[in-house]
Amino acid sequence: MQFATRVSPHTVGPASVNAVMRHVLVALLPGTLLYGLLFNAGVWLNILLAVVSAVAFEALILRLRGRPVGPAIGDLSAVLTAWLFALALPPLVPWWVIVTGVFFSIVIAKQLYGGLGFNPFNPAMVGYVVVLISFPRQLTAWSVPRSLESPQAPSLSQLWQTLWGQLPVDAFTHATPLGAVKTALTRNATLSEIFSGADGIGGWLGGHSWELLALTWLAGGIWLIRKGLIAWHIPAAFLGTLFSFALFFYLIDSDHFLNPLFHLFSGAAMLGAFFILTDPVTAPASPRGKLLFGAGAGVLVYVIRTWGGYPDAVAFAVLLMNLCAPAIDYFYRPPVFGERHG
Amino acid sequence: MISRLFNTRDTHFRFNGGIHLDDHKAESTGQPSAELSLSGQYTLPLRQHIGAPAQALVSVGDNVLKGQLIARPGAAPSAALHAPTSGRIVAIDARPVPHPSGLSDQCIVLEADGEDRATDYSPVGEDWPSRSREELLAALQDSGIVGLGGAVFPTATKLGSAREWEVTTLIINGAECEPWITCDQTLMQENAAEIVRGIGIALHLSGATECLVGIEDNKPAAISAMSKAAKASSYPITVVSVPTLYPTGGERQLIKVLTDKEVPAGKLPSNIGMLVMNVGTVYALERFISTGEPLITRMVTVTGDGVRAPQNFRARIGTPLADLIQAAGGYTASANRLTLGGPMMGYALPDDTLPLVKAGNCLLVTSPAVLPEKPAALPCIRCGACAQACPAGLLPQQLYWYSRARNHEALEKFAINSCIECGCCDYVCPSHIPLVHYFRFSKTDIRSAAEESRKADIARQRHDARQARLDRIAAEKAAKLAAKKAALAKKNAAAGDDKKDAIAQALERAKARKAELNKDDKQAGSSAETGGN
Ligand code: SF4
Ligand code: SF4
Repeated sequence: MQFATRVSPHTVGPASVNAVMRHVLVALLPGTLLYGLLFNAGVWLNILLAVVSAVAFEALILRLRGRPVGPAIGDLSAVLTAWLFALALPPLVPWWVIVTGVFFSIVIAKQLYGGLGFNPFNPAMVGYVVVLISFPRQLTAWSVPRSLESPQAPSLSQLWQTLWGQLPVDAFTHATPLGAVKTALTRNATLSEIFSGADGIGGWLGGHSWELLALTWLAGGIWLIRKGLIAWHIPAAFLGTLFSFALFFYLIDSDHFLNPLFHLFSGAAMLGAFFILTDPVTAPASPRGKLLFGAGAGVLVYVIRTWGGYPDAVAFAVLLMNLCAPAIDYFYRPPVFGERHG
Repeated sequence: MISRLFNTRDTHFRFNGGIHLDDHKAESTGQPSAELSLSGQYTLPLRQHIGAPAQALVSVGDNVLKGQLIARPGAAPSAALHAPTSGRIVAIDARPVPHPSGLSDQCIVLEADGEDRATDYSPVGEDWPSRSREELLAALQDSGIVGLGGAVFPTATKLGSAREWEVTTLIINGAECEPWITCDQTLMQENAAEIVRGIGIALHLSGATECLVGIEDNKPAAISAMSKAAKASSYPITVVSVPTLYPTGGERQLIKVLTDKEVPAGKLPSNIGMLVMNVGTVYALERFISTGEPLITRMVTVTGDGVRAPQNFRARIGTPLADLIQAAGGYTASANRLTLGGPMMGYALPDDTLPLVKAGNCLLVTSPAVLPEKPAALPCIRCGACAQACPAGLLPQQLYWYSRARNHEALEKFAINSCIECGCCDYVCPSHIPLVHYFRFSKTDIRSAAEESRKADIARQRHDARQARLDRIAAEKAAKLAAKKAALAKKNAAAGDDKKDAIAQALERAKARKAELNKDDKQAGSSAETGGN
């Protein structure tokens, strides 16, 4: 009897790229729901539009490159990229901001570099930084959390209108807590003055409402670590470094430097730690490389938040560290079996 | 470290990585092993071991007896080959053999006469402890025994070098970590006493002072049989139950699990005083010393959902695989793949006419339900699952990258040679990249590149040597010429001197003559003067 021959191993494991991406999306779900509830449904509209346009761009480019479209869409990587990009946006943005960002994420940062696995930069963050620089006004105006006394909460039809750019976004927005702190500090206010102010931007951990969101990202991230889908090294090093730097300066001058917990539980720190910095394609491979990568991002975020021109800095930190990842991988090789001890 | 383990039974250490797999051991262990009935014809490749092929001692037409030496070991390391039954040699030629490359190799083909008459064995017998190591090792040379765990390294050579390395610990590998395979387990359950005696012999031959037997904890019956037999013996044997985790049966991994020692990368267990032998090998050793029977049978598992009645068989080396399948009830309708060895490290066979070889521990016959086609590979997403699973501590995702780029320098930097080809990375990869295939290719690629550059070096050396020779000859010629010239010049110069001398002499002579003349004149004058007296 004749048989077909194959190379070993012959057993096929149960893992698949689709499953990996699906798990990450599942881990994002609670935070995504909460985000919409805490702010407004614009969050969900943004995600929807981003995902649809990402899949469309991906399909288009694959067709142009003469690659099979099905498997690449099926791996869900474009969906995840679009999702993360949309989460980085303020809840109220016009559609062209989203489509431009997704275009840069999927077409430029991912497909033009060779598609999944070949992109040196985190595609979602490339898209985000492009729109942040191109549309600074829309990108820094954040919706006011529902729980705070908001001037007007946008109705559904108003959300729709903002999406189509027919309503000025500014009507419903505020700066983020980090942004507000930054502006106030440059006006020579002290932190105690800022937090005792009437607008109540501070919560018990970080920015008001933002801290809840951060906790949810944290929970999703821990679930991913327990599932073995991401390694603990990057989040731990990133958050640890950010915390330590913040603590150091806070202890020196608590009136001009934010407390370390506020750093961790405001802005994009938690989302970045567990869902963006951990994008494996653009991070180093070895455990020690990951620690270095995470720590580097932590330093960058602190430095840019504190002394730089932007209130938050996760996207810049991610892209700058992406730049270092290949070198970290090439120069640092962990000891192999039999090199540690005889 | 070792002493801590001594007499304990389940203290163990761990290695990084490894994967949990469905073990599928139950399928083939429902009943005891069976002796396989005689086949009509046996095909015996001359190279079933690592090292030089055996050299045939028989010719076509010769009649041979069971156990008769039909090929002696070639240059060491090599192993002998024996007739599995009595019969007639009908061919000695190249035939397809079970090998990953699918190549043919030189084989002796024996047609059985059905009488199964054995040659007269002259066993060492019960008094082996009183025999010298040299004597026993010499006897072992012609035993045909090789490592039966898959490495097929000639056992006599291995044991022979053990004293030079001052081996202190004998490790017996009964882990049998690959799914489906149960031949070692069955042997331990059925022949624990013989295995323990074999361990005694191996201790004697290697000079090791203690023995650790590692068995995965999914084989409780084997553990208890071996523990009982070990306790009943007087040998320093500790049976250790180790966690079931693929690839614990890897030599380095097992040593780590049993002793917490890591064999240094690029070195052998003997470098740290360890000798690893498979249970089947020590069993064969005991058979040979006690009964004189060389290695002509082995335990083989025939299993998978592609055969009707999976079972273990004591089968003769050279048996056509089809006969084994037949004995296991024949193929099921859905059988579509035949694998020699396990699903992780075994290799696929193109057909069942191939013979059973010494390395053949398992014949796995499967349907697509058990071994489905691998889905098409997607790009590497650098998820790191492979690195987490790698028991050698490598970064397969980096190796993959460099393998595709054929960047040999980076491959060696990232220690591709430490890859044991266990397939863990491949198994866990969500992109279903055939990583091991890439690594095997790269290893060969690096080797052949090294070979090329060695050849180029030799050619360059030859060229340099030739150039040097030519230069030397030219230089010699030149030197000779120069010497000749110099000699000539000297001669000429010398001739010149002569001339000068001659002139000088002539002058001298002339002067002298003149003086003489003057003197004569004076004398004449004086004589005249005096003559005037
Ligand atoms: S498991 Fe596969 S996809 Fe993941 S890093 Fe390794 S090679 Fe890449
Ligand atoms: S096959 Fe090689 S690289 Fe892959 S897990 Fe095994 S040792 Fe590591």
